[in-house]
Amino acid sequence: MSDVQAAAGGSERSRLQFDWWSAGVCVVALTLAAPILVIFSFVFHPAGEVWRHLAATVLREYVTNSLLLVLGVGVGTLLMGVSTAWLCTLCRFPGRRLFQWALLLPMAIPAYIIAYTYTGMLDFSGPVQTTLRAWFDWGYGDYWFPQVRSLGGAVVMLSLVLYPYVYLLARAAFLEQSTCVLEVSRTLGCGPWRSFFTIALPLARPAIIAGLTLALMEALADFGTVQYFGVNTFTTGIFRTWFGLGDSSAAAQLAALMMTFVLVLIVLERWSRRQAKYHHTTQRYRTLPGFQLRGWRALGASAVCILPLFFGFALPATQLGAWALRTWRQTLDPAFFQLVRNSLLLAATAAVLALLLALFMAYGKRLRRSPLIEGALRIAGMGYAVPGLVIAVGVIIPFAWLDNTVDAWMRSTFGISTGLLLSGTITAVVFAYLVRFLAVSLHTVEAAMGKIRPSMDDAGRSLGLRPAAVLGRIHLPIMRGSLLTALLLVFVDVLKELPATLILRPFNFNTLAVRAFELASDEMLAESSLAALAIVLAGLAPVILLSRSIRRSRPGGEHAS
Amino acid sequence: MLLEVRNVSIAYNGPPVVQQANIRLPAGAIGCLLGPSGCGKTTLLRCIAGFEPVIEGEILLQGKQVSRPGHAVPPERRRVGMVFQDLALFPHLSIANNIAFGLRNHDRAKRQLRIKELLSLVGLEHSAEVYPHQLSGGQQQRVALARAMAPRPDLLLLDEPFSSLDIELREKLAREVRQILKEDGLTALLVTHDQFEAFAMADEIGVMHAGRLLQWDSAYNLYHRPTHRFIADFIGQGVMLPGTVVGDRAVETELGTLHGRIPNGSLPGSHVEVLIRPDDVLHDDHRPTTAEVVSKVFRGADFLYTLRLPSGAKILCLAPSHHNHPVGHRLGIRVAVDDLVIFPAV
Repeated sequence: MSDVQAAAGGSERSRLQFDWWSAGVCVVALTLAAPILVIFSFVFHPAGEVWRHLAATVLREYVTNSLLLVLGVGVGTLLMGVSTAWLCTLCRFPGRRLFQWALLLPMAIPAYIIAYTYTGMLDFSGPVQTTLRAWFDWGYGDYWFPQVRSLGGAVVMLSLVLYPYVYLLARAAFLEQSTCVLEVSRTLGCGPWRSFFTIALPLARPAIIAGLTLALMEALADFGTVQYFGVNTFTTGIFRTWFGLGDSSAAAQLAALMMTFVLVLIVLERWSRRQAKYHHTTQRYRTLPGFQLRGWRALGASAVCILPLFFGFALPATQLGAWALRTWRQTLDPAFFQLVRNSLLLAATAAVLALLLALFMAYGKRLRRSPLIEGALRIAGMGYAVPGLVIAVGVIIPFAWLDNTVDAWMRSTFGISTGLLLSGTITAVVFAYLVRFLAVSLHTVEAAMGKIRPSMDDAGRSLGLRPAAVLGRIHLPIMRGSLLTALLLVFVDVLKELPATLILRPFNFNTLAVRAFELASDEMLAESSLAALAIVLAGLAPVILLSRSIRRSRPGGEHAS
Repeated sequence: MLLEVRNVSIAYNGPPVVQQANIRLPAGAIGCLLGPSGCGKTTLLRCIAGFEPVIEGEILLQGKQVSRPGHAVPPERRRVGMVFQDLALFPHLSIANNIAFGLRNHDRAKRQLRIKELLSLVGLEHSAEVYPHQLSGGQQQRVALARAMAPRPDLLLLDEPFSSLDIELREKLAREVRQILKEDGLTALLVTHDQFEAFAMADEIGVMHAGRLLQWDSAYNLYHRPTHRFIADFIGQGVMLPGTVVGDRAVETELGTLHGRIPNGSLPGSHVEVLIRPDDVLHDDHRPTTAEVVSKVFRGADFLYTLRLPSGAKILCLAPSHHNHPVGHRLGIRVAVDDLVIFPAV
């Protein structure tokens, strides 16, 4: 088999030549998997004193809170995501076309930003309670008001910004469903409601669960919201164990435990998907019929769509805008522009590097088609499921070890101390971003490359191009749009990223996300609004891209291509 | 010989897809690999292009070895042009730039000249700046041909080049392409499953079946002197009529004694099957031999009758279109076989 493949690669050199593509792809994959492997290796470390202390005191709280958080966010995102997706895809009511894309908007707001925005609005001294007290002439302690900074509050905040994952995938699934299936159900006497529960929902189930899993992984990975609300979960526990108790191995053990939670989520998702491998039996797609809603039904449908949009985007964005208007004269200073520059530098570097690596790996897979490379690609894409905080811990530990080893060796050999070469540098931050976000660009590039027929490569080869030139002269120009998408998605993800940046950044190096979080933690909500608004605005770009591509995705749809 | 394929076998981790194939194509000739889908013809073509490795045998281009087991000159160094089944025009490049793609090493003036030359050769002088998707299927086809011809390859390979076109267009285009290739003096090898396409384009045709190249011959010989029962079946229409060898050059059948060369091994008295083509059976009202019309197809210039002989055996008969007989009618027939095609009875 290897002989055949070596020859298939079109080499003129000896049979046993070293395969640079395969080796390169494997090295990249293993390097990017290193932090995750490091974390998992701590499962086998003997439990230290700090770990026993944790287990005896707070571990139960971490587990319970994390589970409750995931459960609550699961219910919240399902309710909001599925109902809005169904209404917007298969019903006709005023504003439907607007909602179709607008419902994605909350995705642009990072959870920690919406969290402190609501805190600012609903706190004792916030506008809502102040107004209530003024109207009813209440004093402190005269009335009950829900506490935002609580587990319940965190569930609501996270649900509001994470439901678009469910909405997005559920809508895509509903769009893919052949109208014939639904029409058959109608002719067999099922009304719209029964059609929904007996046909559409079960058919869309795999997609809905995939969206739910994404949302739950994000909820589990969230650090900013729970830290700000003072809710003890895994992420805050890892942070505190590392920086409060100064025990890196106990923190890594917590991270490993958390990773098993993530793994369980992934396995559950895969399992549920294997249970239901539906194939659409018909290829006939027509314009979706749309159940025409009138009167109070139409009002109800509009309300169902307006509520998440209002509370998940319009209200917090307006509040941020109002704060920013009030404070921009003080906050728009040279230091702010430095933040913007830092954020842009990090995001651009990570996006470009991630794209280059993704191209290298995806094209390596196309050239070789070996199970080895296939596996390497899946390993390199694993990081997206791993919480940023866990990756940060997984990056610090090996980097610190590397720095110490190099330093010790240099001192003993040359008498020079090199100090910290990697830890606390931009390199470490960018590396962590690559571990976490390579999957995003890899996914985009692989999908785009998959659409280029193999005969294009052959045509290029037969016209005198070497394999690398085929990538440069044929693939890159054809994939131009998707490459920009990949750049943009990673760019914005990095811009919003908080925990890994918070831990790994060089001393005194701030980004928009870090600064917004720090100011908010110091109760300077209004002052943090400008940085937060900048992140939200940047986050709008991929949302617009997504909403455009999903509308074009349906075969025979409005923009059939 | 421009192209020599010697005892080539090809396999991917399993039984061979192509076994012991031999091809000799002189310069300027147009060859064709013809066979049903899955017979290995495209694999053999891709192997000649350098996309697939051989596990046995060798391939020579211009007398130089380009493939042997464990070694293959990469496609970009073979001076072989290829027209792909799906055409594979680069969607991001204009027609002129598609054609110019293989001309990177030419200087500007020469490149422009060659592009112009090819555009006029394929009759697309006015479409230089449009993009592939703006052209019709037949026009795209001609662009693909021009692009493959541009670097003046030693050998041009065409993989089912007309399969994406309407049936009516195929033969017309095949003849056009043949003329373009001949004008340029190009050597070409075509792969197709459509015999009319093969007849319209090729000087020599190889019929492939189940990984084997059965016969490499002219279209006339494949039709009239097939060496395998599969070829007799695959090329043209006809039926196998049982018979008995009665002499050196004679076979006794229900339609009378037919004369012709008897292949070795068929001794007098042995049972054989004789290939009867529809054009071997002539309608002749004055003959005593009659057959009943079972069904008929009007094809414009002629009728294709299916006739039943007294024994129950069925034969096909091609009759001019004014010979209109109803189903059930008995026709007088005469058999005129120029080349006797005989296979041992199964």
